Amino acid sequence: MKIDLTVNGQTASGEVEARTLLVDFLREQLRLTGTHVGCDTSQCGACVVMVDGKSVKSCTMLAAMADGCDVTTIEGLANGAELHPMQQAFMDNHGLQCGFCTPGMVMSGLDIVNRHGKELDAATVRRELNGNICRCTGYQNIVKSIREGARAMGD
Amino acid sequence: MYSFSYHRPASVAEAANLIANAADGKLVAGGQTLLPTMKHRLASPSDVIDLGAIAELGGIVVNGNIVTIGAMTPHAEVAASGEVQEAIPALAALAGNIGDPAVRNRGTIGGSIANNDPAADYPAAVIALGATVRTNRREIAGGDFFTGMFETALEEDEIIVAVDFPRPEAAAYMKFENPASRYAIVGVFIARTAGGARAAVTGATDCAHRAYRMEEALAKDFSPAALADFQAPVDRMNADIHASAEYRAHLVRVMAQRAVAACA
Ligand SMILES: Cc1cc2nc3c(=O)[nH]c(=O)nc-3n(C[C@H](O)[C@H](O)[C@H](O)COP(=O)(O)OP(=O)(O)OC[C@H]3O[C@@H](n4cnc5c(N)ncnc54)[C@H](O)[C@@H]3O)c2cc1C
Ligand code: FES
Ligand code: FES
Repeated sequence: MKIDLTVNGQTASGEVEARTLLVDFLREQLRLTGTHVGCDTSQCGACVVMVDGKSVKSCTMLAAMADGCDVTTIEGLANGAELHPMQQAFMDNHGLQCGFCTPGMVMSGLDIVNRHGKELDAATVRRELNGNICRCTGYQNIVKSIREGARAMGD
Repeated sequence: MYSFSYHRPASVAEAANLIANAADGKLVAGGQTLLPTMKHRLASPSDVIDLGAIAELGGIVVNGNIVTIGAMTPHAEVAASGEVQEAIPALAALAGNIGDPAVRNRGTIGGSIANNDPAADYPAAVIALGATVRTNRREIAGGDFFTGMFETALEEDEIIVAVDFPRPEAAAYMKFENPASRYAIVGVFIARTAGGARAAVTGATDCAHRAYRMEEALAKDFSPAALADFQAPVDRMNADIHASAEYRAHLVRVMAQRAVAACA
């Protein structure tokens, strides 16, 4: 079946099987391999993207369900060579080690800003990250990165 | 995942027609339970009928003392709804503690109660608040809806349209959550209504259920102290790596007492 959606501001059309997951469409057809797959139980959050402005696990949504939607992936954040403030904050604060969870952490970080604003306390960030698993960092620097990235997003 | 045909009907009538005529059809709402199950090949429907484009299944309406939540309303929308927060704050809080933010953006009340996971949160609210589940065919009393582990009163091709929750005088839900999934290891929903105290327990046994003995104790004295000697039946409790039967029985009392305290 044919689907038409907007991905990172550009029209993206494709021929998919009904069973194609959104994450597989993004990675394999659009070659947007920044969105990762870290589990098969919908628990790790490495695959989080924005669909119509809301965070979703792209491993747990069919590509067909995203027909007509507006999708933002990690590739859609930077402005050319200039990183998005949330990405820059992860770099400045050593918010990643292997980097596998990072795209999902950044997208979930932006979702937290959307719902809770730019002044975030650590407890809020920790609670809101309960669907994102990191096997490396121990989370301290991820929490720090999201708080600082949120602040740096200014008004 | 095995292949299937995908349908995206625009009305309940069209969806009903599709499911009735499919060899082995499945409705999909948020997909947060069904899609992982299909990925693991534990389900392999011939047809998947997506309810996502049916406007009549969405939305929250408060009419007098009844809060109506459309089957396709995601958990995040219930949690953030000013109307639900005002009318039944315990229900908004329950929805806001399901899973994680991304799961709450897709998962729906209809999908949650149709699935009837023994550790799901919404069933406790549907039972304790005396809600009514409305389908495309009939109305089902909340207390009659959940019939066993992953089983409900729904017929094969019946579609939940909305759930009507009567506004209680006070209500609270307390769950002892699994720290990884946030599902309830034990959850207790207590409601004080014009008809008396009502209690429902989830996570503890094979299916969410009403706790009549708890209600009797609370009818005499609506206070945490009234449950000090309450004993949940250990032999009916679930036991797994997360909690033994004895521990779950203990948690039923503790969660119930906390919920009663929160109602005050
Ligand atoms: C990581 C994770 C954590 C979670 N944590 C929790 C938690 O803490 N507490 C909790 O309660 N749940 C939890 N869930 C489950 C979540 O709430 C699901 O959203 C919910 O159980 C199913 O809702 P859905 O809309 O995604 O349904 P789907 O997965 O789309 O469907 C589930 C079932 O319901 C049927 N169905 C769907 N809609 C209807 C309808 N309108 N009429 C008839 N049948 C219908 C489908 O055919 C299917 O059999 C979690 C899920 C995940 C992935
Ligand atoms: S890959 Fe989507 S939650 Fe793990
Ligand atoms: S940095 Fe390796 S999983 Fe998070």
